[in-house]
Amino acid sequence: MAKLPKPEQLSKVEYKLPGKRWMNTPVEFKEGMYCNGTRPDYLETVDFPNPRKWAPSDEDWKLPENWKEIVLNGMKERLEKYRSFRLFMDICVRCGACADKCQFYLGTGDPKNMPVLRAELMRSVYRRYFTASGKMLGKLAGGRELTLDVLKEWWYYFYQCSECRRCSVFCPYGIDQAEITMIGREILNLLGLNTDWIAGPVANCYMKGNHLGLEPHTIKSNFEFMVDDIEEITGIKVEPSFNRKGAEILFVAPSGDMFGDPGTFTCMGYMMLFHELGLDYTWSTFASEGGNFGSFTSMEMGKRLNYKIYAEAKRLGVKWIIGGECGHMWRVVNQYMDTWNGPADFLEVPVSPITGTRFENAKSTKMVHIAEFTADLIKHGKLKLDPSRNDHLKVTFHDSCNTSRGMGILDEPRYIIKNVCNHFYEMPEDTIREKTFCCGSGSGLNAAENMELRMRGGFPRANAVKYVQQTHGVNMLANICAIDRAALPTLMNYWVPGVDVAGLHELVGNALVMKGEKERTQDLRLEDLPEKEGAENV
Amino acid sequence: METKLKDILREKKPAILKRWFDVVMETYPAEAAGFYKGAKNRFTGPVGYTIHEGIDGLIDGLINEVPFEELSPLLDSIIKIRAVQKFSPSQAVAFIFHLKKIASEEVENVSSAHSAIDAATLSTFESKIDDLALTAFDLYMQAREKINELKVEEAKNMVYRLIQRQNQLYEMQGQGPKIETLNLK
Repeated sequence: MAKLPKPEQLSKVEYKLPGKRWMNTPVEFKEGMYCNGTRPDYLETVDFPNPRKWAPSDEDWKLPENWKEIVLNGMKERLEKYRSFRLFMDICVRCGACADKCQFYLGTGDPKNMPVLRAELMRSVYRRYFTASGKMLGKLAGGRELTLDVLKEWWYYFYQCSECRRCSVFCPYGIDQAEITMIGREILNLLGLNTDWIAGPVANCYMKGNHLGLEPHTIKSNFEFMVDDIEEITGIKVEPSFNRKGAEILFVAPSGDMFGDPGTFTCMGYMMLFHELGLDYTWSTFASEGGNFGSFTSMEMGKRLNYKIYAEAKRLGVKWIIGGECGHMWRVVNQYMDTWNGPADFLEVPVSPITGTRFENAKSTKMVHIAEFTADLIKHGKLKLDPSRNDHLKVTFHDSCNTSRGMGILDEPRYIIKNVCNHFYEMPEDTIREKTFCCGSGSGLNAAENMELRMRGGFPRANAVKYVQQTHGVNMLANICAIDRAALPTLMNYWVPGVDVAGLHELVGNALVMKGEKERTQDLRLEDLPEKEGAENV
Repeated sequence: METKLKDILREKKPAILKRWFDVVMETYPAEAAGFYKGAKNRFTGPVGYTIHEGIDGLIDGLINEVPFEELSPLLDSIIKIRAVQKFSPSQAVAFIFHLKKIASEEVENVSSAHSAIDAATLSTFESKIDDLALTAFDLYMQAREKINELKVEEAKNMVYRLIQRQNQLYEMQGQGPKIETLNLK
């Protein structure tokens, strides 16, 4: 009989520490932890360098012969251009405060996912080539040669960071690891080293205005489904307009809300709210994407994609802009839009036509977050709400990284939820607001091929949801981000079955009492409201 | 299970828990294991916490002969983690078998009681651990199948309205099949 291995032999995983230090240990590409490489046509569409077929697992990445020169020149240019980048390369004292704050490190246990070490992958090269001590002393001064293995390591780990900035909240120097990742990716893109999942939406957005590359007639006909559903639920036919010149407000939402579930229920909520207010607004089928995967690629690409929002606002002659529930769209608007494509002098400082509130915080970008807009309406008693219509939901709120840490929208969504729902429960303090855990799929990591990475990176978030599920019976995870709405259902389904995911304005739409509506028996998902079950048959 | 064995196991539980946890941690790279072992806060060290709490509950459950259905969620919480950590199926579940060795060694160490626990009694306890291992394998398979199912579901959800629209067009043209009815799962 063949000799069977004993359990202790079976479970023994060979994890001998490498004989070499981390600097000299080549990266191992583990399946499920990285996304596919970009196909060439996506890069060609936006005139990005080095389009070719390649796979990260290939030995040969088909790089230009002078790749090293390109990378070092790229670093040099950015060190001169961004004072923050040079500062972040110089000032880390390796105190380790960030190490256990990264959900990818918490979930994977891979030391190179500690923010300090992720940055060190690039810092070591910075020291070697851009500091006097590193040039002279090399390794002794913490410098290392830029080799192909180092480049591959950059690609592997800069695409395992969701640019969530949780680490920067805890860094005593305020080093923004997200910016290091962004610049790392930007440099990699000089060699055509992007992921398919990011480059595809970028190319589509560039050509057609949205991630899926959908054209105006498709967008419009998709809205008809939602309009029909709203009519079935409320008896009211809302009439959204598209590309309407002379409207007061341009509304820009993530395209995920137009096509993907559960985002479409959020989209229905937007339309119901605007209809009830009689708001003079229009959608644009060209600026049909609030999301900006360009910002996961390079500053320049982010700027190119962002441009369409102001261009459309100008073309349509609107006065100001409302933005929907999107995460990184707001990071872009809040941090970059004004200097990229502003100032938008042709627009007016946003003033709510319903409450008269002047949104001073948006006086430069002229763009108001819908949570701010709605919270203001509720504060002024302008909405009739029946929160009992959400009584079948026990809600908790996931702060999206970008809106919480990227722009400080913390209280408006909570204020709205408390007004439209009777059952709201916070997750533990260390896991919400500025310290919120990432969904594990941000910054273009929400592909299918890296599902293991996403499940591991999202585990700390899911774990906190599980806690409120166990203690309060929470069954709905609300959020204000389209990537959350795409990625969190998967995360919940794996780790915390029984918890569903909803955008904030889906909950608003459920609670909103509209003039002339019929008695509601269904929520926006066309599911029977518990107490109204079978009411129509009585 | 004999009361005497239960008493010994209860007395030895802290040692058994520590050894078993250490064995599970040994299946991780040294740096990760060090971190998981040190960080057992429920929210800021969820992997270490979940595994520790899970095996703690499993040991109690086995000693107190808790029905398997109640133990399954505890085991599931550990297996789900290991199912996305690049272990082979055998590596993911093998830690269960270690409990046999650890428990029997701890029982043997109680020298005065040693003679009192016969092999048959111990074997009954050990076969419960075998059952646990079989359950672990089922749970591992469920988790992996779930991951694959979720990939498909997510792809469908992202374009839900487009699929709906496509289906309506097919219906209008009297054509099939509907995309939803395609065997995507």
